[in-house]
Amino acid sequence: MIRIENVSFKHRATPILSDISLDIPKGGVVALIGPNGAGKSTLLSLVARLQPLQAGVISVDGLPVDTTPSRDLAKVLAILRQDTTIASRLRVRELVGFGRFPHGRGRLTQEDDAIVDAAVAQFDLTDLSDRFIETLSGGQRQRALVAMAFAQDTDYLLLDEPLNNLDMYYARALMRSLRSVADANGKTVVIVLHDINQASAHADRIVAMKSGRIIADGTPGEILTPDMLDTVFGFRMRVETIEGKPFALHQL
Amino acid sequence: MISAVSKPSLWTGLIAGLGLAVLFVLSLAVGVSPLPLNKVLSDPEAMQLLAVSRLPRTFAAVLCGAGLAIAGLIMQTLSRNRFVEPATAGTAQSAELGILLVTLLFPAAALWVKTLVAGGAALVGTSVFLATAHRLPPQQPFLVPLFGIVYGGVIGAVATFAAWQADLLQFLSVWTNGEFSGVLRGRYELLWIAALMVAVAWIVADRLTIMALGREASIGLGIDYARMMQIGLVIVSVITALAVVIVGMIPFVGLAVPNIVSRLMGDNVRGTLGWVAAGGAGLVLACDIAGRLLRYPYEIPVGTVMGVVGGAVFLWLLFRRGGHG
Repeated sequence: MIRIENVSFKHRATPILSDISLDIPKGGVVALIGPNGAGKSTLLSLVARLQPLQAGVISVDGLPVDTTPSRDLAKVLAILRQDTTIASRLRVRELVGFGRFPHGRGRLTQEDDAIVDAAVAQFDLTDLSDRFIETLSGGQRQRALVAMAFAQDTDYLLLDEPLNNLDMYYARALMRSLRSVADANGKTVVIVLHDINQASAHADRIVAMKSGRIIADGTPGEILTPDMLDTVFGFRMRVETIEGKPFALHQL
Repeated sequence: MISAVSKPSLWTGLIAGLGLAVLFVLSLAVGVSPLPLNKVLSDPEAMQLLAVSRLPRTFAAVLCGAGLAIAGLIMQTLSRNRFVEPATAGTAQSAELGILLVTLLFPAAALWVKTLVAGGAALVGTSVFLATAHRLPPQQPFLVPLFGIVYGGVIGAVATFAAWQADLLQFLSVWTNGEFSGVLRGRYELLWIAALMVAVAWIVADRLTIMALGREASIGLGIDYARMMQIGLVIVSVITALAVVIVGMIPFVGLAVPNIVSRLMGDNVRGTLGWVAAGGAGLVLACDIAGRLLRYPYEIPVGTVMGVVGGAVFLWLLFRRGGHG
């Protein structure tokens, strides 16, 4: 379980997060939604110990993120940041292989190789596996980064806008992959999404943030209502139910 | 653009190793007094020349070349910028300033003490450079090397001023311009520490590759980012200080070799480290041999030869990059 208690965060004098408390039990897909600047990425980076905690407590499976050795946390929790740029000339398979680093400290066993191959295949990268990352398109590069996070094979997977640069086909494929690792392997996925309909279609729970606070938390059916979406995003949109799932027609 | 480059085969490795061996033997044979290699074992005078001068000189070139190329590779990894190296970003200049100060204040200090002080100064100078480099906008990759050149220039100017005031300008030029002609047995052995540093780099090779992915990716994979930064800084500073104190700085090795290897083989340090070290050793050996032959029987310092060769490579790298930016 990820436990976030009374976390506040300031960038210089500007408050980014104000007194956030949130429990995310093990297993399932949780989507974080909200307008730009709501603090979603900051919250994710604090959970992943990428920034020091200023106030409050965060623990993952009982391990406090600020005092647990980083290499132990790396076996429990993987994060993919938004806009990760890879300036190194690494081949796709090499990059995905580094996802195994926390487990073997650089020595790849046969089991590691199998996991890496599976991650490469899962994201349709097999034909590209000997290509340098810099020669790939934005979407292919994003898939390689997601595959690297998958290869880390942690119980908790934090993804910050992973659908960026992905076309419809791969966006859907990624969401379905996340769903299946959550269902089949009991993994916990926390994902920042801008497309609330992806959240509705694939997440168990949606947490809505605005101005550094959590303003709604519930199932897709509870969050995707015209009133609630108006509160979060600041305009009314039509919500239609298709196959039992609510979809917001925010383009209209 | 090259999409997939085949990994170097065993043959490539053998040929490269053979090339390095040929350069090594050539370096032993070339010099003012002829050294016929077939008579070395029977001629005690030739044996003496080999043991006292030629062998130390050749080892020094190999160690300096390999060490400085690795130092360049690590600096490029830590700053996440391909256009920096110890000679152009303040490391060498800081080491020079350090050894100048210790020579002024404690002229009788032993060589290893001077090296230690030079290493400490290089560590401070490089830390300041990296701390600043990380604040520069990553969208403008040329800002980092430009800043490095200005920063190194300022430190170098301070050293020159201090040397001028103290009438030590001649000493300073010994440290700033690499030269192997003064290398004799008993005067270069500290350089073997550079080999030790290369070994440390080999041990942390995977971590270096991950460091090049950036701070967040490194932490996400469980790397102690601050600690690795320190290890990298120590390797760069120690190698540079050793080179400055014992033979004088050799520019561009740390720039040209890692960039060429990266072009050909990529940036997985575990796979490229050996090639970078061998490439640096070969390049410095070749430049030193050329320096001995070009105006035979006089010598051109290796630093000067390398300045010409490396400068051309640097320009080529810059323009190449601009081409597909």
